[in-house]
Amino acid sequence: MRGADFGPEERAEHSLEAPLSIHDLTVAYQRKPVLWDVDLEIPEGRLAGVVGPNGAGKSTLLKACLDLVPRASGEVMVYGRPYRAERQRVSYVPQRESVDWDFPVTVLDVVAMGTYAELGWLRPVNRRMRERAMEALEKVRLGDLADRQISELSGGQQQRTFLARALAQKADIYLMDEPFAAVDAATERAIVEILKDLRNAGKTCLVVHHDLSTVTQYFDHVVLLNMRVVAAGATADCFTEENLRRTYGGQLTVFAEAANALRKGVR
Amino acid sequence: MGTGAVLPEMRVRRQTRFAAVGLFLLLTGTGVLIALEENLLKVFLLRNYNTRLVVLSTTLLGISSGMVGSFLLLRRRSLMGDALSHATLPGIALAFMGLVALGGVGKELGWLLGGAALSGLLGVVAVTLICRLPRMKEDTAMGIVLSVFYGAGVALLGLIQEMPGAGAAGLETFIYGKTASLVGSDFQILWLITGGVVLVSAAFYKEFKILCFDEAFAASTGWPVRRLDLLLLGLVTAVTVAGLQAVGLILIIALLVIPPAAARMWTSRLYRMLILSGLIGGMSGWIGATLSALLSKLPAGAVIVLVASGFFLFSLFLGTERGILVRLLRHLSLKRRVERQNLLRAFYEVLEQRAGGRSPEAFVSWQELLARRSWSPRLLYRIARRALEAELIEEMDRSGLLLSPEGLAAAAKVTRNHRLWELYLIEHADIAPNHVDRDADFVEHVLGERLTRHLEQSLPDILRTGAPAVPGSPHGL
Repeated sequence: MRGADFGPEERAEHSLEAPLSIHDLTVAYQRKPVLWDVDLEIPEGRLAGVVGPNGAGKSTLLKACLDLVPRASGEVMVYGRPYRAERQRVSYVPQRESVDWDFPVTVLDVVAMGTYAELGWLRPVNRRMRERAMEALEKVRLGDLADRQISELSGGQQQRTFLARALAQKADIYLMDEPFAAVDAATERAIVEILKDLRNAGKTCLVVHHDLSTVTQYFDHVVLLNMRVVAAGATADCFTEENLRRTYGGQLTVFAEAANALRKGVR
Repeated sequence: MGTGAVLPEMRVRRQTRFAAVGLFLLLTGTGVLIALEENLLKVFLLRNYNTRLVVLSTTLLGISSGMVGSFLLLRRRSLMGDALSHATLPGIALAFMGLVALGGVGKELGWLLGGAALSGLLGVVAVTLICRLPRMKEDTAMGIVLSVFYGAGVALLGLIQEMPGAGAAGLETFIYGKTASLVGSDFQILWLITGGVVLVSAAFYKEFKILCFDEAFAASTGWPVRRLDLLLLGLVTAVTVAGLQAVGLILIIALLVIPPAAARMWTSRLYRMLILSGLIGGMSGWIGATLSALLSKLPAGAVIVLVASGFFLFSLFLGTERGILVRLLRHLSLKRRVERQNLLRAFYEVLEQRAGGRSPEAFVSWQELLARRSWSPRLLYRIARRALEAELIEEMDRSGLLLSPEGLAAAAKVTRNHRLWELYLIEHADIAPNHVDRDADFVEHVLGERLTRHLEQSLPDILRTGAPAVPGSPHGL
């Protein structure tokens, strides 16, 4: 299933502008700042990881890009145009725990939600969109479970369902909030494969990640975040011990883990 | 086990049929019983013009509230409906006072309902505003709004009583509901509102579905979630307002909550839940209003709610998706399956150790089995007796048990699944081998045929001989 699934007609048209650029972004929850003056540019066709300690504003960064939380200042540009104008090129994979998995819908229903925006107001899901949803489901290898009620899914399957929903959107940019949180090793590998396929098809992914030990293995681009962007760029250049110390600061245990991960990555 | 996997599904399907038939019998039975008396028949066939209008109104009300209530329930906003309905009272009173002041009669339903809708929506807005204040939870906000608005309404009603010449006696019917107070053109207003609500909630099915399931995702794909939320609350307001006279503002919440909650017991598909909830609401409205027409001392609102709760209780116990009975049966069937598989595996392991699995004499003593697992002799005997009934065991006596050929095949299969799963966990999930057994014990019982095949594929070097081969245990037995 590698590579072949994303045909040439789905390839993002070449653009001189970066897929995602964020300027002077500041977000505050009730006067307590969460993100300060974030300036960030993700080049096309990158698989970018966002890492940082708890409360660093990683999820908020994604949500602010998507207009889901109010911005105190700043702007988000998608391929050089304001996000609102290019919204359909951006796809969001929220945290798995953000929804009620007891909701009375099937797996295919959830994936088909990725096509709702394209369908527009009042038009019900048609056969074309159902087929597209099914295709996306096959890509994450959940084709057999299309008619299952979503409460019957395991955590890893839930995560893959969310991923399929994003794929069904046929976007060019994918913003994912901890897709690897509490999934089994097999699912993690399957998701990484899909992310790499997306990148190889010229798509851009920004992935909130918590496991420092796999950063060098998964991502070719990294954003080190702690309320501000500590460092951002190619993983080989930016994922350094010095930058990690500046990101994780006093959190010694995390830092030890990070340094350890780094040594492993270098090796 | 092939049959084991099919059985529970068949059982559920059979349960569905039983329950559907039961529901039908219950309803027709009640209908026939009541219809035995002739004047009852007259009411049930709606020969009386006014009764017919009332019943039609409450039925439509039930259908619309059942549908809108489904979305409200799934959005976890059910109590918002309660705050909203209580917040309508000051609007009714103010509209009445305004009409009287302008020299009108005061009791013009259209205007009163308009006032009710406005102040209801104002209550909802107040809830959302209070929620935005620091350290304010939604339940606090709803409690405040509900009581303050309702209190204001009661106070205004008191003032109206003092007003000279005001025919205000009728206004309390909005609190408890009184179908008899419905007249002439009132019905058309109610039908328009409830019919409109049914159409709109069906038309916006897809939009409400994505709003209720995943608001953040909906917003990220460009759906105006605020406005959709407002539309949903608008529909709730419409239903509430339409139900004010028939059911009353205190009980209308029941029609928004009970039908969807009952429907959820029968299905896990949203559209089916919506239809069923509408049906239950509609039938409650129909039966309730009819009963209340028969027994004129009983207020329609209360009877409708009681009928609806009857449906709920029925669904709670017999619902085929999440009813208490089905859950018990499912649990029991899983427990039996686990027990049977444990027995078979213990059997196989004993045979395997004795003669490399090649012993033609599949006879094992009770002691050998008891030594395998921590089960009491009594439990083991019970499990064995059930296996005997299922013809997995050919004979059993005081000394031990003899597996039948089918039993031996099943035992081999169960053991193979178990071993495959253990291997899968060791090879793919990075779990230390000595931690595996416990997990495998559980997961094995949900392993389907498909996954088993998949496991075989991922473990080619161990399973060179093909399907029925049983790989050796990766840990000491």
